[in-house]
Amino acid sequence: MEVTAGSSAPAGSTDVQPILQVKEMYKRFGGLVAVDRVSFEISPGEVLGLLGDNGAGKSTLIKLISGVYRPDGGSLLLDGQEVSFSSPLDARSKGIETIYQDLALCENLDASANIFLGREVRLRRLGILRELDNAYMLKEAKEVIEQLDIQIPDLRKPIRLLSGGQRQAVAIARAVYWNARLMIMDEPTAALGVPEQLKVLQLVRTLRERHIPVILISHNMQDVFAVADRVIVMRRGRKAGERMIKETDDKEIVGLMVGTDELKQAQS
Amino acid sequence: MHLADVKLRSLPGNPLVFVGRYWSWFFLLLIVLFFSLTGPGFFDLFNFQSIGANMAFIMLMALGQTFVIISGGVDLSTGYVMGLSAISASLAITNLPTSTPFALLILAGIVAGLISGLIAGMISGIIIARLHVPPFIVTLGMLGIARGAAFLLSGGQPVSVQTPGVGQLGNGYLLYYVPTTGFSFFHLPADLHGARARDVVQLLPYQLIVMILLVLFCAWLLSRTRFGRHTYAVGGNAEASSRAGIPVARHIFMVYVLSALFAAGAGILYVFRFTNGAADAGDPLLLDSIAAVVIGGASLFGGEGTIIGTLIGTLIIAIIQNGLVIVAVAPFWQFIAVGTVIILAVLIDQAKERITQ
Repeated sequence: MEVTAGSSAPAGSTDVQPILQVKEMYKRFGGLVAVDRVSFEISPGEVLGLLGDNGAGKSTLIKLISGVYRPDGGSLLLDGQEVSFSSPLDARSKGIETIYQDLALCENLDASANIFLGREVRLRRLGILRELDNAYMLKEAKEVIEQLDIQIPDLRKPIRLLSGGQRQAVAIARAVYWNARLMIMDEPTAALGVPEQLKVLQLVRTLRERHIPVILISHNMQDVFAVADRVIVMRRGRKAGERMIKETDDKEIVGLMVGTDELKQAQS
Repeated sequence: MHLADVKLRSLPGNPLVFVGRYWSWFFLLLIVLFFSLTGPGFFDLFNFQSIGANMAFIMLMALGQTFVIISGGVDLSTGYVMGLSAISASLAITNLPTSTPFALLILAGIVAGLISGLIAGMISGIIIARLHVPPFIVTLGMLGIARGAAFLLSGGQPVSVQTPGVGQLGNGYLLYYVPTTGFSFFHLPADLHGARARDVVQLLPYQLIVMILLVLFCAWLLSRTRFGRHTYAVGGNAEASSRAGIPVARHIFMVYVLSALFAAGAGILYVFRFTNGAADAGDPLLLDSIAAVVIGGASLFGGEGTIIGTLIGTLIIAIIQNGLVIVAVAPFWQFIAVGTVIILAVLIDQAKERITQ
């Protein structure tokens, strides 16, 4: 039923070592088992869709990977090394970037300031005064935004004046600039208009081309079918199934999400 | 240009946005024109110097307040922290033996003033940043505490500083020009009498110089340093700042300490200027300084504001106060005028928000 890791990597890179391996991940809140022994892995240049109904455990699983929650069982392997994250900041410093729905950007600051937020580059003036090297940061921001094929007319505008898709792009550019090894995107298209959604999906493809794997959490199956190579379906905290996108269709996925397989098995 | 480039960088296309952004500049120009035409002696170098020296108190408190308001808070305690510092400074100067060297007396006054401000700012800062009590409440409490402490320390009476030389420090000028002999730094030439002494031109009061230096420093700190950038970030989105690794609690703490230190600076300046310390020295200045920051375009929701804006706002208030005296309007109208302008400022700010969205 489950696809092995080797065959899940995109064509031409079959012997790539997975960046992240999740093994038997387990988390409960009181009596509720939110994530029940879920395992999967993801390799460079791969887009992994994470689907499931509300309350299926997608968000909890992501929070276990990104350092928000500590798991009650199971292990995380980053580049084959076992890791545990004490905080989201810790996870980020090891290259796991999460782009949340609420974006975690300062809307009153410009794109360049947001990309360098908390990691500002400074230069020395008169030997003792340290001030922001805005010219350098602007140049670097311009570069990474161009690399990602993003259109932002004025990088010095406060980003509250940008569109939702452009803001999403700034968040992604920040992650890419700081050498994200793995990008987790939580409902990246949820609050966007259709043309903006397409741009964000294009951005996901750009990331794949740059060999940055993406875990895409979405309610929207079209999005997942449009960009993902592989999909994991969760139901009631468990991994209900894992499929290559090429080898499945929306009916099967919906079936996994709502559990018709189990129903059929029970009936037969 | 260095001060202005933050605001002048891009001119928006919409004329209403332009007016919304620069109305305070136009308003300043308007009142300067108005008082120049109606107030005899308003448009005069000496009157401008006196405006500059008088506004130093509001300006200092407004500088600290700018950082606080941009960070998303407000500091209501500055008026009485200024009073507490004035009392501490004057007590330090008057209680040291008269044989103490003058420089040491002054230093003791400055240190005592700054320390009392520092303590007040640290207490407010810790409670706001670590215990998450709303700044409005904490600084309102600190207002009362500083007020009480200042009156207790001084026994309810202003502390008069009789030490010779202190007044010269607060009322002196950097440059004196005597038509017959030329320029002289710091002091009047000693042998001037009668009519000749009246011809002396006094330039650049010390207070004006201190103020200009501090304005430049704050403009640099806010627009060019990491501290300034983090102030905007914390006020714009504290959650995002924290996720980005900015030490948000520490930054908020620092902002309140900075504000209290500026209030203390105003208190010390007060002692030098008026040769006494009074617990309520800063009472009327609190509202004026908050008004200056808001008129200058800072948002009370945080994340927006500039030092040049605060400077414009302070000038507007100082010129209204000075001009109304010159045109001989009953002084109580000042309060009404400043109150009207502050409400106007917030109305314009809201309209601006609506246009840009």
